[in-house]
Amino acid sequence: MEFFFAQILTGLANASSLFLVACGLSLIFGVTRIVNFAHGSLYMLGAYIGYSLMQVLPGGLGFWASILLASVAVGIIGILIEMLVLRPVYRAPELFQLVATFGVILVIQDLTLLIWGPEDLLGPRAPGLRGVFRIFGEPIPKYDLVVLAITPFIALALWYLITKTRVGVLVRAATQDREMVGALGVNQAWLFTGVFALGSALAGLGGALQLPKGGADLLMDFTILTPVFVVVVIGGMGSLPGAYLAAVIISVLNVFGITYVPQSTLVLMFIVMIVVLMVRPYGIFGREEVAGEHGQVGEPEDPIKPASSRIRILVAIGLAGLALLPLYGTSFSQVLAIDILIFALFAASLHFLLGLGGMVSFGHAAYYGGGAYVAALLVSHLNTPMELAFMLAPLGAGVAALAIGWVCLRSTGVYFAMLTLAFAQLLWSLVFQWGDVTGGDDGLVNIWPSDWLNETTAFFYFTLVMAVGGIVVLRHIAHSPFGYALRAARDSKRQAEATGIDTHKVQLLAFGFAGLMGGLAGALFVFSKGSVFPNELEIARSFDALIVVFLGGVKTLAGGVVGAGFFKGIEETLLRFEYWRLVMGLLIIGIVILAPEGVVGSFRKAVRRFSGANEGDRT
Amino acid sequence: MKRSTFLKGLVASTALALTPLAVVAQSGDPIIIGEINHYKRMAAFAGPYKQGMELAIEQINADGGVLGRPLEFIFRDDQGEPGEAVKIAEELMTREGAVMLTGSILSNVGLAISSFAGEKGYVYLASEPLADGLVWAAGNKYTFRLRSSTHMQAGMLAEAAAASGAKSFATIAPNYSYGHDAVAAFKTALTALVPDATFVAEQWPGVFKIDAGAEVQALERAKPDAIYNVTFGTDLAKFVREGGDRGLFDGRTVFSLLSGEPEYLEPLGDEAPEGWTVTGYPWYDLNDGPGGAFVTDYQTRYDTAPRLGSMVGYMTVQSIAAAIARAGSTETEAIRAAFEDLPVSTPVGDIVFRAADNQSTMGAYVGTTALKDGAGIMVDWEYKAGADYLPSAEEVKALRPAE
Repeated sequence: MEFFFAQILTGLANASSLFLVACGLSLIFGVTRIVNFAHGSLYMLGAYIGYSLMQVLPGGLGFWASILLASVAVGIIGILIEMLVLRPVYRAPELFQLVATFGVILVIQDLTLLIWGPEDLLGPRAPGLRGVFRIFGEPIPKYDLVVLAITPFIALALWYLITKTRVGVLVRAATQDREMVGALGVNQAWLFTGVFALGSALAGLGGALQLPKGGADLLMDFTILTPVFVVVVIGGMGSLPGAYLAAVIISVLNVFGITYVPQSTLVLMFIVMIVVLMVRPYGIFGREEVAGEHGQVGEPEDPIKPASSRIRILVAIGLAGLALLPLYGTSFSQVLAIDILIFALFAASLHFLLGLGGMVSFGHAAYYGGGAYVAALLVSHLNTPMELAFMLAPLGAGVAALAIGWVCLRSTGVYFAMLTLAFAQLLWSLVFQWGDVTGGDDGLVNIWPSDWLNETTAFFYFTLVMAVGGIVVLRHIAHSPFGYALRAARDSKRQAEATGIDTHKVQLLAFGFAGLMGGLAGALFVFSKGSVFPNELEIARSFDALIVVFLGGVKTLAGGVVGAGFFKGIEETLLRFEYWRLVMGLLIIGIVILAPEGVVGSFRKAVRRFSGANEGDRT
Repeated sequence: MKRSTFLKGLVASTALALTPLAVVAQSGDPIIIGEINHYKRMAAFAGPYKQGMELAIEQINADGGVLGRPLEFIFRDDQGEPGEAVKIAEELMTREGAVMLTGSILSNVGLAISSFAGEKGYVYLASEPLADGLVWAAGNKYTFRLRSSTHMQAGMLAEAAAASGAKSFATIAPNYSYGHDAVAAFKTALTALVPDATFVAEQWPGVFKIDAGAEVQALERAKPDAIYNVTFGTDLAKFVREGGDRGLFDGRTVFSLLSGEPEYLEPLGDEAPEGWTVTGYPWYDLNDGPGGAFVTDYQTRYDTAPRLGSMVGYMTVQSIAAAIARAGSTETEAIRAAFEDLPVSTPVGDIVFRAADNQSTMGAYVGTTALKDGAGIMVDWEYKAGADYLPSAEEVKALRPAE
């Protein structure tokens, strides 16, 4: 009994930091609809700034003052981010802002490294709170109890702010229908800035408050990100009580998981998330997304049309140039081309799902990595010939995508995205944990193509045919009746169903097909590198593709492919510099602000404006 | 691609094909070695490692280089991505004219480069990755490894654990391959020495995601005589704090892998645990001999204390220089053959790259942690030669894939 009590106290203490960060994220999402991936970075900044202040300010007073000041400082940084980066892109297509926040992550990572250096910093102890209290004979750290006591006060203060003040009324109104709030004459810009600042300050507070239990290090931005998203989604996006309840559930379950199933540390919270979303698709206290979000933000999309003959000629010339690469390029240029082609196919498969299907998947790496693993497992365990393994890999990925899609399609919007993320994480954990079969993080090695493909040039042509073929098929399907049905389901589910389209079936098939194509890219990847590791299933891989698709242009057919080529090329150049993340981050932010429709979309718009005379013909 | 680049490529590949001749013909040209690492992602480790390498390169080149030619390293960042590392490896070998590859801290990146090197026939010296598979289950004849592996260091701690008289053990290790290997190796070695040793709890926190309070409670609940710890970095700091506060370490012996390395001990400051048996690197006690000379040179050059990584970087360059000198050429096959049973004089003494499994006999320092002037140090330490903790040539043969 005493042990249980101690366990629960530990869980509750852990829930505190998680809650502070999560409720900030939830507030920001509720009002601005921005999925702020940089929230973990704000938490990290809170820890670093708090650490530095504690070195200067002495004693108990200095300690607590440092925590408050760190929170304020992060709030101010939040204001800067909101005004400089996000404000220009509120009108951009849905979820486009998350790409901007990803740029912010990269910038903050490098700036933190520049300012505080690479070493992990051990957090200072809270003065006078070292050691433990004995409760029923079980040792409980004093600081845990203090944090445990503080959190409800912060939660209460927030609750008061949201429910009893005018600001709170506006925030709640904006959460429900921000257009109406704007129509009633409320200055939305300042409301958004204010909420972003508050959310950031809470993240900073969480970061500074955990210092005596840990410290500050350069990985903590990503480490906190997944649990925080899980908490926000389980609680229901935009709901503060939900965030608190979910933080407690996750933390307490985790403590018991550690005791009774020590191996569960990787998967537990994702399983909880999937179960909760199966029962309540919008989280515990979440609400179904309201009709204000009907249709798409930003300009309506042009109907897709076959490429003009001029563009066809250009593409044909480009492909011919690529096909002749072995004649004039080095062996390394072929290797580089293979990498870019594979990535382009991967991005194109996500683009199919996201652009045509309107299904934002945060876990597309599951099918890319999944395909790679299917091939690798067949080769290393069953000695399957490369050709057969290569054909089975996309099928395996496609089947997995159908199964996962069937569950995920119960939800929509951000919840759908988070479910796909949860499944990708589950698959990742499975591969990571099941060392006997998958090799764990030591991966599977020596997966090389058959002799006839083993030469770089042969494999280059193989990749060229497969990747370009795959992209052409994806493009062709966009123009087929299935593609029309898919876009109809995206733009207006009700109307599509009224015309007799089984939207669920169409979307599920599209999900499976995108998975299949992702798996094809993964199979090409594993045979080009000769090995596969769980990295290919990671969230980071999903985001690579996501960013490229957004930056290339969601609403253009070529967006995924062009984005992939463009960014692989830039990355290849930037990686040679020491502070490449800073430059890359600024570049991403720059593109988001200057070209909110993506590279292809904005280019097309510019061309159209340039040849404005023709505008009259288009009706 | 421009015509001039094509011509350059043509010239370069011709030059590569005729390398032995080229050595004689152009003796002033540097010998290029490709170094791939996670300079950004693991900056705290890769920084000192690179400094150690640069120190050795400067010293060797000041002495006239190798084969009368200076050594030149091309340092490339792979972001900690295995796929990226393989691409860079290809670029270094085919475009930059590197004669061999080295680098990596993370085991998965090391394994990816190793698999690639084995397939393409490039020599790869894995400097830091610890995974046992690198030289055993996934070993190949082109991959060599410098640093003492998980198996060796766990064996050293198991020996100390057997001598301590403790019978019941609890383990805590990060939930990934390194942690699994380290616990398995420790268990095997300890059970061989103390057949009645029992393991009463196994904890597996996610790497860098430890929930230290809960882990400490779970360990305490098992009431072990001794604890074997494999966590490191921020996980270690949190574990030490919670464990210390909650009295987990009172009256228990702790055996802790790598915790004596300055990389992990220094950030703990005055909260470094006392009385733990650890593997590490007590540079502060090394005053004479080659080990002391390295510490002095390093401190003179950089005005800071060396880390274990600094010494590994230094030894990596020494090993490569020795191999090329022994090969007498920069041809791949000659370098590969030269690495087999290659003796190298290093700061830890003389080591050999065993021909049986391409693993060097670099050992580790085993000692007890203590506090001195508000910082953790190792006392009563002893250098354990790696050769004593490696399986015999016959055992290794069964572990490695047939060639």
